[in-house]
Amino acid sequence: MMPQSAPSISSDALLEVDNLVVEYPVGSRIVHAVSGVSLQIARGETLGLVGESGCGKSTLGRAVLQLRRPTAGRVLFDGHDLTAMQGDVLRLMRRRVQLIFQDPIASLNPRRKIGDIVAEPLVIAGVKDPERRRQLVYEVLSAVGLDPTLVVGRLPHEFSGGQCQRICIARALILNPEFIVCDEPVSALDVSIRAQILNLLEEMKARFGLTLLFIAHDLAVVKAVSDRVAVMYLGRLCEVGPSEQLFARPAHPYTALLIEAIPMPDPDVRPAETVPVGEPPSPIAPPSGCRFRTRCPRADQRCSDEMPELRAVAPGQFVACHHPLI
Amino acid sequence: MNGNNLLSVEDVVVDLPTPRGNLRAVDHVGLTVGAGRTLGIVGESGCGKTMLSRAVLQLLPKKAKLSGRVMFDGQDLLQLPPEKLRKLRGRSLAVVFQDPMTSLNPVLTIGTQLIETLQEHLELDDAAATRRSVELLAAVGIPAPEQRLAQYPHQLSGGMRQRVAIAIALSCEPKLLIADEPTTALDVTIQAQILDLLAREQRRRHMAMIIITHDLGVVAGRTDEVAVMYAGRVVERAPTPALFKKMRMPYTEALLAALPKLDAAPHTPLPAISGRPPDPTRPLKGCSFSPRCRYAVARCQNEKPALEATETKAHQFACFHPIEAHADANA
Repeated sequence: MMPQSAPSISSDALLEVDNLVVEYPVGSRIVHAVSGVSLQIARGETLGLVGESGCGKSTLGRAVLQLRRPTAGRVLFDGHDLTAMQGDVLRLMRRRVQLIFQDPIASLNPRRKIGDIVAEPLVIAGVKDPERRRQLVYEVLSAVGLDPTLVVGRLPHEFSGGQCQRICIARALILNPEFIVCDEPVSALDVSIRAQILNLLEEMKARFGLTLLFIAHDLAVVKAVSDRVAVMYLGRLCEVGPSEQLFARPAHPYTALLIEAIPMPDPDVRPAETVPVGEPPSPIAPPSGCRFRTRCPRADQRCSDEMPELRAVAPGQFVACHHPLI
Repeated sequence: MNGNNLLSVEDVVVDLPTPRGNLRAVDHVGLTVGAGRTLGIVGESGCGKTMLSRAVLQLLPKKAKLSGRVMFDGQDLLQLPPEKLRKLRGRSLAVVFQDPMTSLNPVLTIGTQLIETLQEHLELDDAAATRRSVELLAAVGIPAPEQRLAQYPHQLSGGMRQRVAIAIALSCEPKLLIADEPTTALDVTIQAQILDLLAREQRRRHMAMIIITHDLGVVAGRTDEVAVMYAGRVVERAPTPALFKKMRMPYTEALLAALPKLDAAPHTPLPAISGRPPDPTRPLKGCSFSPRCRYAVARCQNEKPALEATETKAHQFACFHPIEAHADANA
C-alpha cells in the first residue's frame, strides 16, 4: 500500500500516525478498513475526522489506541511507538490516552454505581488510598458539571443520555490524560443536549490541556470543535486542512459533496437538486485507483489506473485527487 | 382550519400507563394537513412526535389510551372498524419508518412484499403487479430493479432498503404519506438522496406528507408548514418560511441556536439549552419549557399557555412571552 501523508501545520506532533493499515477477515474475504493513512496531531490541537458509516474512521480511532492492533504502520505517541509496545508497557502508556464512545449508556456498566465506575481507572492505575480516590472522583464529577454528592451512589439507568455522557467524560479525564479519541460522542444525543456536551468537551480541553481526535459523521459538529479536519472515504484520507479553509474551499469532490448534502436549517437555501450519485462501495472490494471514483463526477481513466496521493493545494490543505476543485 | 383538510387531528391525547404512573405522551394536540401539502413535525426524543403519528395511524401500543378525533379523508379513524382501517392503511394512508427493517419482512423477497401489497389493495394480476413493482423500484432509484425483486432485504444496503420501503409505501398511490425520521439512520449523502426522492414523488403524485424529524435542517427547505413539539404539546406552528424568519416560541429559537453552524468559526461556544425536558410522568403545572427558558417569569410556572394565533392566523405559538423584538433589535 502506498503511503499517504499529510504533514501537520506544527512540528510539535503529540500523535503521529504513519501509513496505518487495518485489515481483518470476514469469512474468507478481507475487509480493507484502513488502507495506508498518515496524519499528525499537534499538542493541544483538535483534529476532526469525518466520513460516512463504514469509511474506517472508528477503526482508525481504535487502531491509534491499539484497541485494535493495526496490520501495518506505526503510531507514535509523544515519540513512542505504540504499535511496538505490549503488556505492562502499553498499559502504562494507555493512562495517557483515553476513548469516549458514541453510546454513553451502553458504555457504562449498568450494575455499578457511578462513583465506582469513575474511580475504576484509578484502581487499575494503583491508587490505593480510598480517600484519595474519592477526592479525585468528586473533583472530576464537579468539573463535568455533575453534583458528586447526588451522583456517586446511583446507577447508570437513573441518568439521561446527556448525563451518562458527562459521566463517561469524567471517567476518561480522571487519570489526567493528554490525548482523547472522541468517537461520535454526541451523535446519540438530542440537539439541545448535544450543544451542552460539545461545550463541555471544549471546556475540558482548555482546562486539562487536552489533544483530541474527534470522530463524527456530522460536518457541522466537527467544524464546531476542530482546528483541522480530515475527510475519510473507504479507508483512505481524501483531504486534510484547517477547518475554515476546508469548508470554505473544499478541494476534494467528496468533501464538496458532503458539505452540499447537509440539510441547512434555512428555508431560503433550497436543497441542491444535484442528487449525489450512488452509495459507497464495499471495503471488501474497494475500487482500483481513487476509491471515490465510482461516485465522482470528475472521474476519468487516470482515476481508475492510479491512486492519488495527498499533496498540498493550499497552505496546510492537502488533497488526494487527480482533479481537485482548487 | 378549513373544510379542505385531508387530515385533521383534533384535541388528541395519548396516555401510556407505566410503572411510574401515567405518561401523557401527547397532550391535547390539534393539527391539519391539506391535500398535497407537507407538514414537518419537529421535536427531540420523547416530545411525543412519534406517538402522535402512531395515533393517526392507529398503531399505538395496546395499553395506550387515546382520545380526541382524527379525521382523514372525511372519515373518523377512531370510529372505523378494524377491517376498514386496515384497508385504509397501506392504500390511502401510508407510512415510512426510521428503520426500514421494521416494515420489511426479512424472510420474504422484495418482489413478494411489493407484489403482495399491490394485489391486496389494487387487485392486480401477477403480471401486472410484477410490472408495476419494477416501475416502482425504478422510480425510487434502485438500479437493476428486475433483479432486485428476487433479493431479500438483508442483501441491500440501508439506503436501498429505505428506498424499497418507500416504494412499498407509494405503491398504492396514497393520499397521505407519514415519514417518521425517514433518514435518521442514514448517512448524510444518502439522506439527501432519500429526501429528494420523497419531495419528487410527493410533487409528482400530489400526495400530502408529514415528515417527522428532530432536525430543523430536514424541514427547512422541504415542508410547507412546521409544527414544533415539546413535552407532548405543539408549542409553535407556522408556515415554514414564516417560522424561520421569525420564531416566536423561545424553545424553537433555542433549538435552532443550539445547532452547530457551518458558517461559524471553530471553537465558537454553542448557546446550549440548559437542563433537559421534564419527566413526562410528572407533568408541570405551567409551561413545560419554563424551567429551561431564559424569558420565563412566575406566570410561566403557574399557568399553561395555550397554542394561539396572533397577528397572522397561520402562525401560532404557546407562550406568554413570545420573542418579539429580539430578532429585529439584532438586525
